[in-house]
Amino acid sequence: MQRDWSVHPPYLYPDYKSTVLRTPTKLLVPLKHSLSEITGPVYGHEVIGKYDHDLTKNGIKDGEPLGERIVVCGKVMDECGKPIRNTLIEIWQANAAGRYIHKVDQHNAPPDPNFFGAGRCLTDDEGNYKFYTIKPGAYPWGNHYNAWRPNHIHFSLFGNNIASRLITQMYFPGDPLFEFDPIFNGVPAKARSLLISKFKLELTEPGFALGYEFNIVLRGNNETPFETK
Amino acid sequence: MNNKIKMSGANEKLLQTPSQTAGPFFAYGLTPEQYQYDFTSIADGGLADEKNGAALITIAGQVFDGEDQPISDALIEIWQADADGNYHTQYHNIPISPYHFTGFGRMGTGANTETGFTFQTIKPGSAEGQAPHVNVIVFMRGLLTHAYTRIYFSDEVAANSKDIVLNSVEEKRRDTLISQLTATAEGHPVYKFDIHMQGGKETVFFDV
Repeated sequence: MQRDWSVHPPYLYPDYKSTVLRTPTKLLVPLKHSLSEITGPVYGHEVIGKYDHDLTKNGIKDGEPLGERIVVCGKVMDECGKPIRNTLIEIWQANAAGRYIHKVDQHNAPPDPNFFGAGRCLTDDEGNYKFYTIKPGAYPWGNHYNAWRPNHIHFSLFGNNIASRLITQMYFPGDPLFEFDPIFNGVPAKARSLLISKFKLELTEPGFALGYEFNIVLRGNNETPFETK
Repeated sequence: MNNKIKMSGANEKLLQTPSQTAGPFFAYGLTPEQYQYDFTSIADGGLADEKNGAALITIAGQVFDGEDQPISDALIEIWQADADGNYHTQYHNIPISPYHFTGFGRMGTGANTETGFTFQTIKPGSAEGQAPHVNVIVFMRGLLTHAYTRIYFSDEVAANSKDIVLNSVEEKRRDTLISQLTATAEGHPVYKFDIHMQGGKETVFFDV
């Protein structure tokens, strides 16, 4: 399957100012897939620590992290709906106050000593994954006057090969900042809803955490390598 | 599912989940050890060491923006075959080697004193008759969708001249894909490979 440029953002999107000096200006060169593109790294349970999927626990120093506990789960599949099994998902996010633990984050919202904000897991045999975390806060950024990022969680996935590699962001339903955010709006209009998780009462854990579903569709693996002989 | 669309035929396909920028704050999640966060990294700049028994090489470079300024918040991933031209995946059914060469490396460009990336690896062999090369994925703040390129090697002149992918690129831009053997460090070759996002030296990026 080819990259579907009708859903992915273009490189140059001037409302998102950092794109102007950082994106390729020449046409991409077509590349027929070879072994180089239809293979990719395979990670297994050996890279997953006990609490890597639980961001409410993996950063604890002396107490519970602050904020609204949530469950984020979903299915990773290809365009035909076939589950992508045992694939690595990595996530990172701001804390409940909208502050990243990253050393260069200058936002003056408070860090949370008990929240690290990164985790990872593998999908199971049905392509399903589940994280526990804290709902990330919105935060200001320097793109334009009074710019704020909607609440979001960064997701990184490998899928079956390097052609299916994806880094994206999961958003929350009904966020009033969507219409002002050039990163979200860089996605063609018909595909923006694919980045918004759904609140699900049936995923919500009584007395513990609200449930959000975020399904992810990666490019499938049906290319045949070319013959060079 | 809200991402189903009707194709012209009877088959229903799901839309791919759109890409978003990695942003400036990926390091504690994706390259935590390199940036000295208290979390393990699944990959870093060291793909191989002396125990591999194969000749080690270093690939080092910087990423430049349209004003030729080095970019300090890019994430560079590489994926390559081993010295025999085999990719270490289920596809080739190669068990994890005792020295754990996976063929995958990952580095942020902002953790070192000199902005850039340095991979210590082995030189890949030829796979499927292609010239030896390393596949590269580039992510950064300002890049809403990642970019793919390849690193070829300046001392593989004969193989490069026959490579089907290199030959698909207009001749005057091919050099942007070829790393230059510039020096040796601790007895092994160092290849320099800079990535230019824009400008006269703009790197060739592929529609993978």
